Order: sequence, then structure tokens, then C-alpha cells
Amino acid sequence: MKKLFPFLASLLVLALSSFVILRPVADAGYQVGDKAADFKLKNVDGKLVSLADNKAAKGYIVVFTCNTCPYAKAYEQRIINLNTKYAPQGYPVVAINPNDPATVPGDSFAEMQKRAKEKKYAFPYLQDETQQVAHQFGATRTPHLYVLTRQSTDFVVSYIGAIDDNSEDAKLVKTKYLENAMTELVAGKPASVSSTKAIGCTIKWKKA
Amino acid sequence: MNQLKLIAAAVSLLLFTTAVQAQQVQVIKLPELQKRLSRPTDTTYVVNFWATWCGPCVKELPHFDKLTTTYKNQKVKVLLVSMDYVSQLDKKVKPFIVKNALKSDVVLLNETDPNTYLTTIDPKWTGSLPFTLLLNNARHKRITFEQEFTAEELQKQLQAFMR
Repeated sequence: MKKLFPFLASLLVLALSSFVILRPVADAGYQVGDKAADFKLKNVDGKLVSLADNKAAKGYIVVFTCNTCPYAKAYEQRIINLNTKYAPQGYPVVAINPNDPATVPGDSFAEMQKRAKEKKYAFPYLQDETQQVAHQFGATRTPHLYVLTRQSTDFVVSYIGAIDDNSEDAKLVKTKYLENAMTELVAGKPASVSSTKAIGCTIKWKKA
Repeated sequence: MNQLKLIAAAVSLLLFTTAVQAQQVQVIKLPELQKRLSRPTDTTYVVNFWATWCGPCVKELPHFDKLTTTYKNQKVKVLLVSMDYVSQLDKKVKPFIVKNALKSDVVLLNETDPNTYLTTIDPKWTGSLPFTLLLNNARHKRITFEQEFTAEELQKQLQAFMR
């Protein structure tokens, strides 16, 4: 009996620790240098999109964004421009909307389709219905950017953060954080500033 | 009768003054905010970063403003830091304060590059709003929350912080 207790106790500790390990990584998310897991999300055209689909891509500019956030709206044209500039260089934009439409009706799939059509998005606009991808990446706000670069079959997180230093007015931007990083990444070098911060709207998580 | 008129005038003047007072929003830069957040006093500061365009912020703001009344006789001070663009000061921020009859101090942080100021305010802040900071410099205590609060949760956190 005396020996049973420590045994049971260690069993309990083991069970608890495996529980902790098995929990989905919600708060931490990716750091620069991490491998990004592929995903399969529904695009506004109804088709499923994965990172592996585009064999020609040297990487991706993944942006968590939405229809409704004023900051996302302020950056929408700049995101469209990023795709115009970097898709031909092998780094297309992949936009992901992680918001729970039950909380924000303006971010429903139908509204996403409308927005993409209106603004003629030339890139996928995916719905993260389970919010698992946003959790996996560690996205907290819209817009929130992640640049992935291909290393053989893997996609490695190479930049996380902001587009530039002025959300209100693109004309007043002094530092284009993302483009600076892209210049280096496209040249096969690591980004010297690989992590930046920006203000954004909290991702509207589903009520637990 | 004249006396009644005088009282009415006095009351309306008083109401007018409070309204005007509440409408005053100081537009500040980062160093001024840092100065306000580093006063070495035994006062607990409840600092809430919000914006008029931020839904969850607008929802929780009354809970924060209520603390100003609830803790009137204690060393607690609420500071509401608006992250709205300064161009929205007269159009959005001031009308919002009047409409919601906010009693707490409101300042507007007039900075453009979050990549520099967010880390200065708190290294853990990723940039989503609302963001809340509880601070007591005399007791070297500081705790931050990048989340929305219910009235109960806020009370609970503040009481635990002040214990």
C-alpha cells in the first residue's frame, strides 16, 4: 500500500503532463524559424486550398485578416499591392479570415465572397472555420502577417508581424517592415528584422 | 421664484462644466505616457488601452469607468488610453466620451509606429485591443492582460492585485 501511493502519484503526474503536451498550442504559436504545418481551408471560390498546392511558390505571405476590422480595412489595398508585387517573385499572398461569424456576422463566408469579388482579390481568401490555423500560427489580431519560405518540402516561418509603421496613411509610411524583410528573403537571406508588432483587432474567437 | 431660477442656473452651470471637463482629452506622445506610468506613488493605476472602433473595448469600457466611482476613496486611478487616430479626436473620441458620460481620465496616444511603442509600453503586448495594465510603482507590482473583461473578472483581478 505504501509503495502504491508514489506509483499512483507518478502515474497521475505522467497523465497530467501528457495532457499538457497534447493540448493544442494555442497561446505560443509559431516563432521565426519554426516549420509551419500545412492546412486545408475553404477558399471563397468553394475550393480547398493548401500550401502544398502551389508547386511553383517559393513561399507565401500569409495574412490573417477580415472584412470588418478598421485596421484590416486600412491595410486591404496594401495587401492587394503586396500580392501584385510579390506573387510574380514567387511569394503570393494567402489571406485567412479567422473570425467567428457567429460573433461578427460581417465575416461570414458569404460576406467574404462578396468582399473578395468587390475588391477583385487575385489571391485566396480562406475561411478558418475551426480557428485551428489561427491558433496554430499564434495569430492574435487582424491584420497579422507571416512570411513562409520554402525549404525543400517544408515551409519555414521567416517573418512575423506588421506591414509598415503607419496604419492610417500609406503615404506617410517611413519604414516598410514587410517589404524590407521580403527584399532579404527573396535574395535567400534571413530577414534582419524578422519580427515586428502592430495594432489590430482581436481575433473574435468562438465562445468556449 | 428668483431663488429657484438661480439654483437651476447653478445646477445647469455645474452640469455644463462637468460635461466640458469630461470632454477634455489630452493628446499625448509616448514619453508623456511613460511619465504618467512611472510615478513612484502608492496608487494603483488601472490603464486600459482602447479605441472607439474596437467592439470588445467599447463593451468593457463601462466596467473600467465604473471603478473611478467605486474606488473613489481609495488609491486607485483609472486611465483610459485611446488608440484612435488623432484625426478622429473631434469626430469620434470626444463624442464617444460625452455619450458614455465617462468620468475617468482619457488621453489619446498620438503615435504612428506600434512596432516601437508597443514594446516600450509592455514587451508582452502583441498589439491586439483591448489591452489592460494594472500598475503600482511603490509596491513594484505590474500585471497585463491582452483580453476583454467582464465586470466581475475585472473586479476580481483588481482586488487580487491590491491585496
